[in-house]
Amino acid sequence: MVWSAKYRGLGQEVPESRVLTPPPAIRFLLSPERETHRSFLKLYFLRNSHGVRKQPSFMALRFEILGRFNRARAAQLTLPHYVCQTPLFMPVGTQGTIKGLTTPQLEEIGCQIILGNTYHLELRPTSELIDEFGGLHKFINWPRAMLTDSGGFQMVSLLHLADITEKGVTFQSPVDGNPMLLTPEESIEIQNRIGADIIMALDDVVRTTTIGPRVEEAMYRTLRWIDRCIAAHKRPNKQNLFGIVQGGLDPVLRDICVKGLVERNLPGYAIGGLAGGESKDSFWRVVAQCAAALPEDKPRYVMGVGYPLDIVVCSALGADMYDCVYPTRTARFGTALVPEGVLKLKNRAMADDTRPIDPTCICMVCKNYTRAYIHCLVTKDAMGSQLVSYHNLYYMMKLSRDLHSSIIEGRLPEFVCGFLQIMFPKGDVPEWVCNAMEAAGIDISPCLRSPPSSPVTTKQSLI
Amino acid sequence: MKFSVKAWSKGRARVGILQLPGLPVSIETPCLLLSTRKGLPHFLSPDLLSSLPSPDSHLLQVSPLHFLEGLSTKTISNIGGLHQMLALQDYGFSAVPRDSIVCLPESDASNKMGASFETPCGRFLIKPVEYMKMTSSLGPNWWVSLSDEVPAWVSEKRNKTSVDRTVRWLDECIMSSQTDGAVFGAIVGGCSVEERKRCAAEVMKHDVSGYWIGGFGLGENIDERPALLDAILDIVPEEKPRQVCGLELPEEILQGVAAGIDIFDSTYIYQLTVGGFALTFPIDNRKTHAISHYQLCDIGSDLTKINLRAVVYRKDDSPIVDECGCYTCQNHSKAYLNHLLNVHEMLAQILLEIHNTHHYLGFFRSIREAIKSGEFLEFHRDSTVNEPRLNKPSLKASFHHRPRRRLPPSAVPPPESPSFNSNQVENGGG
Repeated sequence: MVWSAKYRGLGQEVPESRVLTPPPAIRFLLSPERETHRSFLKLYFLRNSHGVRKQPSFMALRFEILGRFNRARAAQLTLPHYVCQTPLFMPVGTQGTIKGLTTPQLEEIGCQIILGNTYHLELRPTSELIDEFGGLHKFINWPRAMLTDSGGFQMVSLLHLADITEKGVTFQSPVDGNPMLLTPEESIEIQNRIGADIIMALDDVVRTTTIGPRVEEAMYRTLRWIDRCIAAHKRPNKQNLFGIVQGGLDPVLRDICVKGLVERNLPGYAIGGLAGGESKDSFWRVVAQCAAALPEDKPRYVMGVGYPLDIVVCSALGADMYDCVYPTRTARFGTALVPEGVLKLKNRAMADDTRPIDPTCICMVCKNYTRAYIHCLVTKDAMGSQLVSYHNLYYMMKLSRDLHSSIIEGRLPEFVCGFLQIMFPKGDVPEWVCNAMEAAGIDISPCLRSPPSSPVTTKQSLI
Repeated sequence: MKFSVKAWSKGRARVGILQLPGLPVSIETPCLLLSTRKGLPHFLSPDLLSSLPSPDSHLLQVSPLHFLEGLSTKTISNIGGLHQMLALQDYGFSAVPRDSIVCLPESDASNKMGASFETPCGRFLIKPVEYMKMTSSLGPNWWVSLSDEVPAWVSEKRNKTSVDRTVRWLDECIMSSQTDGAVFGAIVGGCSVEERKRCAAEVMKHDVSGYWIGGFGLGENIDERPALLDAILDIVPEEKPRQVCGLELPEEILQGVAAGIDIFDSTYIYQLTVGGFALTFPIDNRKTHAISHYQLCDIGSDLTKINLRAVVYRKDDSPIVDECGCYTCQNHSKAYLNHLLNVHEMLAQILLEIHNTHHYLGFFRSIREAIKSGEFLEFHRDSTVNEPRLNKPSLKASFHHRPRRRLPPSAVPPPESPSFNSNQVENGGG
């Protein structure tokens, strides 16, 4: 009743069930070409999971779940610039480029969303210049989707003298040493000028190893700042503002934060403050709790998560989006990602190895080059980091695609078992993974036995 | 390997056809060998390389000395040689010991046993037998024999010795060769016309498929070069290809083509790319609109290239060259390149190398067109690359990133150049 009453003035029929399938007319209106009608997207999310009508908010995305396995879900995320499939991994292109790869190569690999770092881009070339060019998409000529972070994390992690107050983050400008202040309003203004599809609220981030009242202070401040970010956001019909759940490792604080953010009815939510120095056991519990508490029908983004194993676990627990510098950074140090774990190409043993990096991989690098040749390139020549970055990102994109399709096809447990068996052939799956999979309702007992008696082929010890 | 001369222009400039087994199409000369590091271009992975004009971009120069550490000859042979190892089966490779970027001949340390080179792995003395062992495992389409190159200021006696050694090493290389690639005999002789002639005559006595002229780009005067080139090219037979190393700038290329050189082994593109420069000179001699010389000079640019680090390009939305068909000009603006250079991103070098290679290969193509239509002399005379260098001291001397060497007291040290910040690409671009 309440639904149709809302629509009366618009003359459209809306089903009254709580399954969120849009009627054809509205589905058309939501297609990426109909920019002007994007504000109607808000109509979908007027109820939370308890059927209670919430305040409308603007959003510029559509999140459609295509398949589930217990907590895990595979979805289609429609953003202004691109239609993405989740779970997905987002490579980090800090300064307007993924290090060493061109746009066509990124498209070939299958990247859907790339990250830009607000802090770096505001320093050089400045968000005003990017705005003059029509946004970061046009400036770097990337046709797919983009996400920018708030700049807060870099400031805290890169600048020793950063200080967080209620107004914002004060720091010394690296250019001229003058004191500067980044407020939530300013962070959102900068991100508005940069023009990414998804922007992140400025949050008060603390290290997970911090204990004491600072954690609680940071969590409440994050909630106060989210209101300021929402008020400062000038382009809600083109850019989606995601809130970030803080609260350290304390379940009570996390719960308060989740509830507070959900009340604001944002287009999507991120789980922040992890991927620091915490134990894996604490890490998965926080992700599990937050993912379970966040709304079903909005994307969930775990920030800073990049190890393939972590991504598989978090996806099983119900998260959708990930970002990390790990694949590209480790490539520049000569480490390649393979199903068995990592392959250190700098190692002398690689100098005679004429196999490809990963015999099962079909990327350009694995189809054409041997470990021996790449060994002589890595850490010495730019080409080495390019080739290994290409392979590592291909691996991450393939992992994303495999997660998405295995959830849709109802074979996530088989995929996870296969993944764990190759990575832990002796059956020594870490305890935290076992516990997390139990919470996710995925049976990984086949992976915990010792390997079969017939020799597993070519598991040469990776030094 | 087959080579034949197809057309002449007035004078010695000629167009030839080079056919290599494995290359589907034959290549016209004068042509450019793209410089590589360990076989692959410095910044272009193979999928980007294949977007360059074909077949012009299919000739690559490799220095066997790049593989001194890291890959054993046995492993290279196991993989199947260069073509297999780099997955560039339809490319042609030329093995030259000297690569003017990192494998620089160190004449002081060379002795009768072998030639000494400064390499990234330190200083090495390479003997002909070792050199042939490395080259044979690589299996290039053609290779150049080991030579003793000396800079322009050495004594006559040292010069004479270098010629004797080079000829003797040519013998040793041919004898110990286990590859079926074609051999190019090395001709040295410094700045002495007699020695050059003597060396050429000696090398001609051997059965070589072509000639490689070395010893240039090591401190000689650009005006002395035509005489030396003419002296050599008068003697060597016309029907065999001639390759030269050390002629890099566009006006030097024109000088070489006018003397009768077919293949150029140039690292100019690499030098431009790491310096943040992009080539902009009109390829077909059309005069560009008048740009104030003062403006260009101030930012390190001139009429052939622009310095993309200059602040003036910060908001420039136009491509590097409007009519250029390369990936960089079709997709990115000068402003983006300026930003990438300022933040020391590797993508800057990738994009610049694409554009510069594309542009330089276009320059070679227009040279060939001019020769075929018999107008090369006019082309040479009218080319914008000949114009005076904006009243700066020799741009060549200030521009090349060569390690500072011990100069004898008589030589004039090159003038201090504005620091063209060369990117330390060995660190992967930061």
